[in-house]
Amino acid sequence: MPEPFLELVDISKIYPGVVALDRVGLSVSRGEVIALVGENGAGKSTLMRVLGGVVEPNGGAIRLDGVERPSLTVNDAIEAGIAFVHQELNLFDNLDVAGNVYIGREPVHGGPLKLIDRKRLHAQVRPLLDRLGADFGPDAPLADLSLAQRQLVEIMKALSLDARLVIMDEPTSSLTLTETERLMRVIAGLKADGVSVIFITHRLNEVMQCADRAVVLRDGRVVGSLSRAELTPAAMIRLMIGRDLKSIYVPPAVPPGEAVLDIVEAVTDTYPDRAVSLSLRRGEILGLAGLVGSGRTELARAIFGVDRLRQGAIQLDGRPVRISTPRSAIEHGIYLIPEDRKRSGLLLDVSIAENVSLPDLMSCQRFWLVDTARETANAIRQHERLKIRAPDVATSVGSLSGGNQQKVVLAKWLSMRPKVLIFDEPTRGVDVGAKYEIYDILRRLTDAGVAILMISSDMEEVIGVSDRIAVMHEGAISGFLDRSEFSEQNVLRLAVGHST
Amino acid sequence: MQKKDLSLLVLILVVGAVVAFINPRFILVGNLSNTANQVGLFGIFSIAEAFVIIIGGIELSVGSVIALLGVIFIDFIVNRNVNWMAAFAIVIAGGLLIGLIHGALVTRMRIQPFVVTLCGLLIYRGAARYYTEDGTAGFGFGDSFPSLEWLTAGRTNVLGFPLPHSVVALIIVTVVAWVVLHRSVFGRYLYAVGKNEEAARYSGIHADRVSVSAYVICGGLTALSAILIAMYTRSISPAVHGSFYELYAIAAAVLGGCSLRGGEGSIIGVVLGTVLLQVLQNLVNLLGIPSSLNFAVMGAVILIGVVADQYLVQRGRRATAAKGRAQTNVATAPLERANAE
Repeated sequence: MPEPFLELVDISKIYPGVVALDRVGLSVSRGEVIALVGENGAGKSTLMRVLGGVVEPNGGAIRLDGVERPSLTVNDAIEAGIAFVHQELNLFDNLDVAGNVYIGREPVHGGPLKLIDRKRLHAQVRPLLDRLGADFGPDAPLADLSLAQRQLVEIMKALSLDARLVIMDEPTSSLTLTETERLMRVIAGLKADGVSVIFITHRLNEVMQCADRAVVLRDGRVVGSLSRAELTPAAMIRLMIGRDLKSIYVPPAVPPGEAVLDIVEAVTDTYPDRAVSLSLRRGEILGLAGLVGSGRTELARAIFGVDRLRQGAIQLDGRPVRISTPRSAIEHGIYLIPEDRKRSGLLLDVSIAENVSLPDLMSCQRFWLVDTARETANAIRQHERLKIRAPDVATSVGSLSGGNQQKVVLAKWLSMRPKVLIFDEPTRGVDVGAKYEIYDILRRLTDAGVAILMISSDMEEVIGVSDRIAVMHEGAISGFLDRSEFSEQNVLRLAVGHST
Repeated sequence: MQKKDLSLLVLILVVGAVVAFINPRFILVGNLSNTANQVGLFGIFSIAEAFVIIIGGIELSVGSVIALLGVIFIDFIVNRNVNWMAAFAIVIAGGLLIGLIHGALVTRMRIQPFVVTLCGLLIYRGAARYYTEDGTAGFGFGDSFPSLEWLTAGRTNVLGFPLPHSVVALIIVTVVAWVVLHRSVFGRYLYAVGKNEEAARYSGIHADRVSVSAYVICGGLTALSAILIAMYTRSISPAVHGSFYELYAIAAAVLGGCSLRGGEGSIIGVVLGTVLLQVLQNLVNLLGIPSSLNFAVMGAVILIGVVADQYLVQRGRRATAAKGRAQTNVATAPLERANAE
């Protein structure tokens, strides 16, 4: 392997309260294909943003072509030939392929008007199309291209800029199998031309297929670098996990009862060819694990009636129910605490009392007027029960901490006797103290007979809080785990779709 | 009364006192009664507009609707001999229907309210002109509707002040709107949808239905003011009648604390905003300012008001932020020390 042209030395990035990168080292040689793997939140994206010059590290150095500097700017990265193919592609739907590849650098006719020389533009793109084996022409409107074809356009854009390193963030996450195969061939082609590639992926078989080296990140640290010879799924999973999890599990006071909610062959719009079936029992916490984008939130939204189910049925206490709006879900006793509480859970500049009463205002009305006395009394009850840290219930929720805001969202539903509570990322952005209080509340609810479906990307939480775990992978359930089978390894293996 | 409303009231009193000092004719009973009549007429459709602005929408067709429904009303009772009570009911129903259509286009078809109501502005204006063949609709010689005229354009002596009935109508509308917006469950839903439509939906509120209702209420109230204005002017040239009235309505709502982002504003504020606009109008007349400057004066005052308000809000926010920082510093200091160790 030739000398690396790019080296990251002890790069650290600290955000308030979080160490995103902890003395990370990474080197890239000419024509090398590196797979970057790790769990959600391991620091992969931050590392790539450092390379792109978007994020400035707090410590360490970047050695580029022998020149050492503390950080890169966006322009440094472009000049050095570092190009990105983003998950959300940055292309213009209203232009054709050639226009996108040479956006801002179009060849122009002479003369004062500087009109675009379309003929020359198309001629410049032609060799790039051939090089990647594209099945569309330079004048194809971008709006007509599939996602995989758009990705090729992004790669052409990178090549037209004489990229030496192409970074792809989960390039295959929404590709079909044949499209993935073609992308793998494109990567091999780039490698043959001496272009280096770093790609982030959750699919270990892709790593096996085309990477020269896999770098595994965990909690912001490089925990291992596996060469071609050492690459096995088992070795990668072993590196990705391996923290000591504190035991925080509290068993239910009574064993879970019969099934309350049955999801039968549910199909959402995100994964039209995958169906999900699961049943949730009275008094249990069912953890729903999986990687970001595995379809968990979409499933929750469909159960709650925010989106419609394409197919499938929802049964409550054994009887099929029709849920077309959140209102109908609420009337059936199914409540959702959304992932993004600021966007979907709260009215930020409104008091705690008014937020808490919002879903159930009809129970504090007299002649259609709000009975503020009853509203306040109920809010005070929840305020004390959940130990919300605020001077009084007239406090606006925007001024509360994340944990206390989350408790306010919980309080909205607790006064209404939930049957099923779907909790999407219960402790995201919540401080440690409030986190354990929330776990405690969940257990008290299940002991009172509530069934809880807890979506979580936090491994410690899934394993430490759930009575049972369902793991989703690309829109389908890849497996259920009972407490005796709980291990980070088992969850992760199902989450990446590696079943053996 | 909110703090914002109070400062608006103070501003009105100050402007009024200055005008009265320069030109005492301002406080003559006749002038005050006429100004009050204008407030009554403009206040009702400003409240109508406020309902839509509070849910985060906008209604630009108010002026055109006033022209269209106005010519229809006069034509019905003058030329077609429709009983005025029936005509009244038909026109109100027409206003509600227009609101329903706008609301449906915004919520079902997901067209931006600005676009929907801008098209409404053009369509209803054209329809009004076509309806009268661009002629003037008005009462002929000897047409007389004593009870209707008394009810809509009459004045009743209250303690020596001839109180216009448009003001009585505004007072009734204000009280009802205030109860609905500030005290009822439905009012809570209106504000919730305006503040955060997604959170409202996740709380089980039928956000679309709430939005449509706001447009329907706006249409109905606009129709009511269309009748009052038609009876006051007694003749309508459909090309100009009511033009720019939507802008008076938006201006009054903004002065009254409504945010065009939705979720804010009070009914008292909107009424006070209308009062301020009419006092300014009156000021231009009484102080001998060329009437061509009418709009310029109004625009300048609104701009100054909004800038001053924003300045105060930002200063307030900086103060709270500084206080918050001080608090968190105290709260996290022991933690940081622990971490350092």
